[in-house]
Amino acid sequence: FRTMAGKVKWVTDIEKSVLINNFEKRGWIQVAENEDWNFYWMSVQTIRNVFSVETGYRLSDDQIVNHFPNHYELTRKDLMVKNIKRYRKELEKEGSPLAEKDENGKYIYLDFVPVTFMLPADYNLFVEEFRKNPSSTWIMKPCGKAQGKGIFLINKLSQIKKWSRDSKTSSFVSQSSKEAYVISLYINNPLLIGGKKFDLRLYVLVSTYRPLRCYMYKLGFCRFCTVKYTPSTSELDNMFVHLTNVAIQKHGDDYNHIHGGKWTVSNLRLYLESTRGKEVTNKLFDEIHWIIVQSLKAVAPVMNNDKHCFECYGYDIIIDDKLKPWLIEVNASPSLTSSTANDRILKYNLINDTLNIAVPNGEIPDCKWNKSPPKEVLGNYEVLYDEEMAQSDGPERDLRGRSGQSTGAKGSRARDLGKPVLTTWK
Amino acid sequence: AMAEPESGLSLTIARVVQRLQGSSLHSQLERQARVSLHKPEIKLESLKEDIKDFLKTSGWEKKLQNAVYSELNVFPSLCHPAAPPEHIKEPLAYMRKAQGSWEKRILKSLNSMCTELSIPLAQKRPASEQKELLNKWNEMGTDEPDLSLFRPVYAPKDFLEVLMNLRNPNYENGEQPSFRNHLGLIQVPLKVKDISELKEDFSELGLNIGQLGIDDSAQVPPEFFENEHVRVGQKVLAEQDSAAAQQYVRQGCPTALRADLWALILNISNQPEDILYYEQLKSNVIQHNLLVDSLIYKDVKLTASNDDYYFVFEDYLYQVLLCFSRDTSVLEHFTYSSATPPKSYIQGKLGMEEYAVFYPPNGVIPFHGFSMYVAPLCFLYHEPSKLYQIFREMYVRFFFRLHSISSHPSGIVSLCLLFETLLQTHLPQLFYHLREIGAQPLRISFKWMVRAFSGYLATDQLLLLWDRILGYNSLEILAVLAAAVFAFRAVNLMEVTSLAAAEAVLADLSTLKVMPLLQIFLFATVT
Repeated sequence: FRTMAGKVKWVTDIEKSVLINNFEKRGWIQVAENEDWNFYWMSVQTIRNVFSVETGYRLSDDQIVNHFPNHYELTRKDLMVKNIKRYRKELEKEGSPLAEKDENGKYIYLDFVPVTFMLPADYNLFVEEFRKNPSSTWIMKPCGKAQGKGIFLINKLSQIKKWSRDSKTSSFVSQSSKEAYVISLYINNPLLIGGKKFDLRLYVLVSTYRPLRCYMYKLGFCRFCTVKYTPSTSELDNMFVHLTNVAIQKHGDDYNHIHGGKWTVSNLRLYLESTRGKEVTNKLFDEIHWIIVQSLKAVAPVMNNDKHCFECYGYDIIIDDKLKPWLIEVNASPSLTSSTANDRILKYNLINDTLNIAVPNGEIPDCKWNKSPPKEVLGNYEVLYDEEMAQSDGPERDLRGRSGQSTGAKGSRARDLGKPVLTTWK
Repeated sequence: AMAEPESGLSLTIARVVQRLQGSSLHSQLERQARVSLHKPEIKLESLKEDIKDFLKTSGWEKKLQNAVYSELNVFPSLCHPAAPPEHIKEPLAYMRKAQGSWEKRILKSLNSMCTELSIPLAQKRPASEQKELLNKWNEMGTDEPDLSLFRPVYAPKDFLEVLMNLRNPNYENGEQPSFRNHLGLIQVPLKVKDISELKEDFSELGLNIGQLGIDDSAQVPPEFFENEHVRVGQKVLAEQDSAAAQQYVRQGCPTALRADLWALILNISNQPEDILYYEQLKSNVIQHNLLVDSLIYKDVKLTASNDDYYFVFEDYLYQVLLCFSRDTSVLEHFTYSSATPPKSYIQGKLGMEEYAVFYPPNGVIPFHGFSMYVAPLCFLYHEPSKLYQIFREMYVRFFFRLHSISSHPSGIVSLCLLFETLLQTHLPQLFYHLREIGAQPLRISFKWMVRAFSGYLATDQLLLLWDRILGYNSLEILAVLAAAVFAFRAVNLMEVTSLAAAEAVLADLSTLKVMPLLQIFLFATVT
């Protein structure tokens, strides 16, 4: 017998049906922000307020929110790169085999982010790198924006003169974070399918950073550019060719509202296995899982592991024509807008499975719980990495701890990476 | 009177020899034999034997075997020495007549569209247009020609109406229609197999035999079947044996081996001369514009471009189909197809045979959904000339039977009759119910079979199905699957009360697993 008092009270400032339908189907009760609430699905602006020094408030044990206070350590382009660089240096210092470098000084296992610099801070360093490969293309991204806004490509130093001038002025006024940019080496040899460029969107749920426990959603998707990819310089300005964000593609002439230019990850796997073979395909997917876990490990030490928090990230990954995956960015608020019917179903199920893990049994939460959901509630998620399990078990752990990591045809098969780093997964 | 076995065999041998004579394989074998004369192991006194041994050890005998095997697969095996050519195309006169009328209708429709739109059937492109097309060859999908005035020449449902009206004038069925008679839409007395014959033919799909599509699921340890099956597949590929490959794929192809196994069975090796031939076709496309090109564009835009799985490959489809229309080597298949390529006349020379050309050059007029025959192959082959050859071979071996009227066991008429008979025999209650509410099952399943299920099943499932088409060298599995789908959804179908509702129950096949469905229907249903 449940009284109204026993039902979860929810708030959101994101008016999306995939969210609201999920709350309502659980019989949860909508309340206002200033009332007593148990679950708040908030936008990133709101989380800033909740945890800010001035306006913030203490959350009680029966309150859960969908962001970590300083998620931007992972989700801001410049901070993500900074944290990964720091993590690599630390591993190098402690002599970890993970930080091994090859004869060219490149990290063998941790080179998964394209060379990136902050502007204007690293302008001179960038120029040095640029001159090593003057014919390369670089992508400029504003640190604080999403959905492909404000992004442009350059292949000449003159195109970013503005950032150099500012850094030289002696009365240097610190730029507001809105105007800071990152500049990354553009992957100009992306894997093309049907002659088209695409990127991967994968959803990763983190329930705790220390110990790290994260889940990968099995139903990720590829986003194809509607216009044929061409590396020719004359097309640099055509954003439809280069950016795979759906927000941008939606306005192209060829956008299709049935499939939305999206492919399932299982289609990608079938295509790659059929045309490239099973071993290289397995290796690719293993590497994708690897880089996601490494990125989370990189920010784990600096994350505020507030027990009231969980977070569902949208990972953007590009695969190059040598089947190497590159981490492009991580989104704290992956879009919940649906561009097609299939999309709506996918996002609805994503939220459903996320809530099943974050709010056990759909009941009023107790943030002190051990955040270890039973296998049955995972839905389309599978365990990507469980630090606790990794540390507690013995040599057997290798198989079990990595179980379910691959989102391929055999979800629960352990795979042999064939790298010496296999044992250091623990 | 049936031909005696010996003369039948010698006839077959003679035919195969004639087909292979003058082929590039023939000249390669001759060259190899001549080159071998320089080898020390070839001795004058035992010349013939030594050369034969050499050809065996160097793998050339295997290539010849594969070519012979390929010929035997494609051509009907026994034919009376006195049989006229039209009997090889189609032995039954009334079928030939029906196919002829159907072709006349299609051609009339094409010609009237042509006249209405004042577009010639074929036209040389001006130089500027040629240059533009060449530049855009890899992205024809971004072109947006105005296709609003074009309509598909016909759709599967038009074809079904024709098949429904087929009658054998020599067959007098004096009985009143009753529950004993065939109550489906197809009313011609062709012989189709029953379940016990199908069980025998498809014995490798039995319950005790490992299958990909069933025994490779996540819950089954790979040591039970999958690993060994993959090992055998790799061995078959190493041996380059067509016949062994054909037997092997009956249990399904491992995804990583499928492209090579299909190529081996279809005897496609993508030699330099094949690539050259494809490039030649491409230059034909650049130089001349055909009316059917617009039909192809329209079809792709209507079907594959909107498909969740295949939209990615839109540009490849143009590259294959535009070339296909111009490929006169496809005309060869008309010797064993009931169809005849349409003829057209140079403007102003109507009826004058010396000004007749086949139109389109390959004699195949595309219909609505035609591009879906090519689309699944894009998951396997990303090199245009190889993709092209695989598709062409699939077409002249299998797909052409799905849209021509014939008595062949793999022809669409037999498939429809097989489907209806299986349903009526094994799910009589369902059959009668659907018939009562005006939802004849064939009206729903026809489009699946005409397209060989492309665009209806998930791609990985479709490929498992097409593995078996190649393995058994027959399209009958399409009819069996169609019946199995109805069996699977029987409970829901019993509750519907209209054709529209029945269509809705069967609208989405994308979650179906074909091998369990087939296995259960063939081997686990009480007959």
